[in-house]
Amino acid sequence: MSDVSFVRKEMLPEKAPPASEVGVLGWIRHNLFSSWLNSILTLISLFFIYYVLSNILSWTFESVWNANSLSECREIMMATWGDTHGHACWGVIKDRWLQLLYGFYPPYPAHPDATWSNPPETGSWPAYFRPNLTFVLLLVAIAPVLFPKAPRKLLYVTAAYPFLLPWLMWGGSIWGPLMVAAGFVIGYIAYKLVISAVGSLTALILAIVLPLLWWLFAAGPVAGAINSAIPLGIEPVQSRDFGGFMLAILLGVVAIGVSLPIGIVLALGRQSDLLIVKYLCVGFIEFIRGVPLITLLFVASLLLNLFLPPGTNFDIILRVMIMMTLFSAAYMAEVIRGGLAALPRGQYEGADSLGLNYWQAQRLIIMPQALKISIPGIVSTFIGIFKDTTLVSIIGLFDVIGLTNGIRADTAWNGVYWELFAFIGVLFFVVCFSMSRYSMYLERKLQTGHR
Amino acid sequence: MSELAIDREIDRSKMQVSDEVAIEITNMNKWYGSFHVLRDINLTVNQGERIVIAGPSGSGKSTLIRCLNALEEHQQGSIIVDGTELSNDLKNIDKIRSEVGMVFQHFNLFPHLTILENCTLAPIWVRKTPKKEAEERAMHFLEKVKIPDQALKYPGQLSGGQQQRVAIARSLCMMPRIMLFDEPTSALDPEMIKEVLDTMIELAEEGMTMLCVTHEMGFARQVANRVIFMDAGQVVEQNEPEEFFNNPQSERTKLFLSQILGH
Ligand SMILES: Nc1ncnc2c1ncn2[C@@H]1O[C@H](COP(=O)(O)OP(=O)(O)OP(=O)(O)O)[C@@H](O)[C@H]1O
Ligand SMILES: [Mg+2]
Repeated sequence: MSDVSFVRKEMLPEKAPPASEVGVLGWIRHNLFSSWLNSILTLISLFFIYYVLSNILSWTFESVWNANSLSECREIMMATWGDTHGHACWGVIKDRWLQLLYGFYPPYPAHPDATWSNPPETGSWPAYFRPNLTFVLLLVAIAPVLFPKAPRKLLYVTAAYPFLLPWLMWGGSIWGPLMVAAGFVIGYIAYKLVISAVGSLTALILAIVLPLLWWLFAAGPVAGAINSAIPLGIEPVQSRDFGGFMLAILLGVVAIGVSLPIGIVLALGRQSDLLIVKYLCVGFIEFIRGVPLITLLFVASLLLNLFLPPGTNFDIILRVMIMMTLFSAAYMAEVIRGGLAALPRGQYEGADSLGLNYWQAQRLIIMPQALKISIPGIVSTFIGIFKDTTLVSIIGLFDVIGLTNGIRADTAWNGVYWELFAFIGVLFFVVCFSMSRYSMYLERKLQTGHR
Repeated sequence: MSELAIDREIDRSKMQVSDEVAIEITNMNKWYGSFHVLRDINLTVNQGERIVIAGPSGSGKSTLIRCLNALEEHQQGSIIVDGTELSNDLKNIDKIRSEVGMVFQHFNLFPHLTILENCTLAPIWVRKTPKKEAEERAMHFLEKVKIPDQALKYPGQLSGGQQQRVAIARSLCMMPRIMLFDEPTSALDPEMIKEVLDTMIELAEEGMTMLCVTHEMGFARQVANRVIFMDAGQVVEQNEPEEFFNNPQSERTKLFLSQILGH
């Protein structure tokens, strides 16, 4: 037997790794050329990427911007490159980008004859001031929701935004939205006043019923009365003038913003011990999920007229918003239910054992965790519903897709195809990709160590 | 299953059982569907008692103590905790829950909140304690369980033993008059078991009324004033620890003790 005992006398110093292991060379070697097969795949992929990119890039950048019609585009291409293939004609975007963005929304609502290229003389807001302001305010309003570092005071903008948005976009008297907002104040005051006298359930019912009565019977006449005394408002804009990418954002923002809370309520309802509530929620979710969105949109645009009393003017965009919201809420509910199911029962028991009541437990313990688990699913649903807003072109609204038909029907641009859809694709990609990145940021931020 | 040595002097000066009744259970029965889990339980616990509940797996120990703060519903008989009868009335249930602390086998800390927030949440929302006061109290109890320096970490960043001590501190922040423990050490490694048991002993030394489901027989011997042995949903035997371990009466108890103590 040999001696197995060993004692190290000197500790080994640290040595630099061989050159082939570090730096750019090391990285390339490890990740791209680690074996024969890998090297071949790398070369094939590189060639493929080069092939695709060289075509797309030359199409994108060896292109014509200054042209007023497709034929003019083609002439310039022939003169410059000798052929008309492989060159984009961005002239169409240059010509029609305002329409693609804003549809037929008037640039100066107070001056119906003015156009972008022919602005009114004086005393007017810049072109498209209202939709642009609405968009900027949207960014301000969601900042405190998305980023905890944003000043908390901005939450007031967030609270006012649901009333500002329709007023700025559709215009009209300021009193209408103010009276709608007053309904919430009435509900809140009623709740605070009676909560000590009667139980919290009675107070809650009162806080729901009173505002409903107010909106149904009082808000309209009161707004009308005040308006005739103190007329205060801006030029109204008709729903049929709405369109373009602006319409997609409008529909998307409303559907996303409203469907999340409805989805939470539906998901909780589906888990409820109250059988009627539970089956109402299940029925709603399963029905909506079982029907294509386009069917719901047709219901909104055509069928609903059959059920409404004749002469009622129920705005088409509002109807579409409701349908899209309900549609996305049903999906949202299922995504959130997945998050709820992933929570261990111990979390409910922990909350219960401390004496938190049902709503406190949901709000403070259950929902924050369930929503965090569901972030990828929630954002997928957001992205999905945002892209689905393009379906409204089928029921005759002029969203970006609907507008392309009109543009291509114009003799000047008859035959333009790729450029329009590339432009639309980029618009949607920017928004959807931002949402996706934000969700990753949020997941990282909410990471609080393994469970 | 172990009998971890408790190598410290226990200060018994404040461990006194008073005449005041903390919990009174009379003829309590519970079923899961048609399965009769708890059968005719009668138990009176006085303020200051330290009761250890032992018994084989599935005998209904967890179910019993979970009935005491209405995490489970009983179907027959009555449970009176601190003078309030447990009924379906939500007000009573919330009142009892806020006065009875509970520590679970798997801690059940809230992973999305810091340790400090875990401890202040219920005082702020249930007891309406001002935030500052709640935080001061939380730090006081975190010092008691010897982890004040972890206050701003999240539960996921703590060891099992530390998490369980946070769970104890979290319950204490509600200033409960009674503490329930459901196998607080069974998910822990031996070293961590010791830290948690130490915390529990300190609690007992301050005169807390405690009901513990545990397999730590060392703790039962030294800290408990009464050991209850359950089997098949019923109380089979109860006695002072010395008598219970040295002179068990029922065959089931003898069998159980021989298995658990390994002789
Ligand atoms: N939710 C439930 N539904 C049906 N049966 C249950 C339920 N919870 C527990 N039981 C059954 O009730 C019995 C008692 O369970 P309990 O958890 O109280 O046992 P225990 O004494 O705590 O056991 P252990 O030492 O394994 O924790 C077991 O037979 C168990 O299978
Ligand atoms: Mg158990």
